[in-house]
Amino acid sequence: MIPATHYLILSVTLFSIGILGVLIRRNILLILLSIELMLNAANLNLIAGSAMHGRLDGQLSAFFVMVVAAAEVTIGLAIAVLLFRQKNSVDTHEIKELKG
Amino acid sequence: MSQALLFYFFAAVAVLSALGVVFHPRPARALLCLVVTMFALAVHFTLLGAYFVAMAHLIVYAGAVLVLFLFVIMLQGAGAREIALHQRFNIIYLLPAGLVSILLAGGLIALIRGSAFQALKSVDGTAENIGTLLFSQYLLPFEWTSLLILLGVFAAIALAKKDAA
Repeated sequence: MIPATHYLILSVTLFSIGILGVLIRRNILLILLSIELMLNAANLNLIAGSAMHGRLDGQLSAFFVMVVAAAEVTIGLAIAVLLFRQKNSVDTHEIKELKG
Repeated sequence: MSQALLFYFFAAVAVLSALGVVFHPRPARALLCLVVTMFALAVHFTLLGAYFVAMAHLIVYAGAVLVLFLFVIMLQGAGAREIALHQRFNIIYLLPAGLVSILLAGGLIALIRGSAFQALKSVDGTAENIGTLLFSQYLLPFEWTSLLILLGVFAAIALAKKDAA
């Protein structure tokens, strides 16, 4: 079997790439995509933990994360579509209403 | 041996396509890169014995969520167009991203050094086993997720109808 640490390293790598995407991309939709990437990196970690302990609880947690992610995507995309309708752009530099 | 080969191959695929998501100039193709990542992750899930979760992952992500994303990206009309390099990235945020990544890597190294990891056991995450656990021990959270999805539907309808009112 592959050592558990390799799964953790893969998971942290994907999570870091996700953080990079959230922070440096300017397109809101790509920021949302990077969030999906981070959620799935965390899922990989949960499932590796499940295999490490020989129990199914980690897999169920990953399942619940997936459900929550689906709900998050619905609302996130609805907000992105509204923003696009209002501003005609999905660039974060054009969206300044929340700036203090 | 072949399992290790599969792991390293699909780990490389996952990381490379994840980099594609962050750096590709065309939004629609960045999304297709994420589809590749999702498939690679499904392979990892299967290798770890999470058969049901791997299939649900493929159906929910590659099948539903990313197609929804593709629709929205194509609807905004610029999905296939390249975003010019100077308006693609926020370079100032490269530093915090690097810091967070270094922190995470440091935490991981400390974790690996500090505790002895057991070898992976084989678990059998078939639909039957997952279902049994889901409808006994995890029944309450399962019902809550149905409430959450219902609220998500309401919220999406409310948001979509906003400017019609």
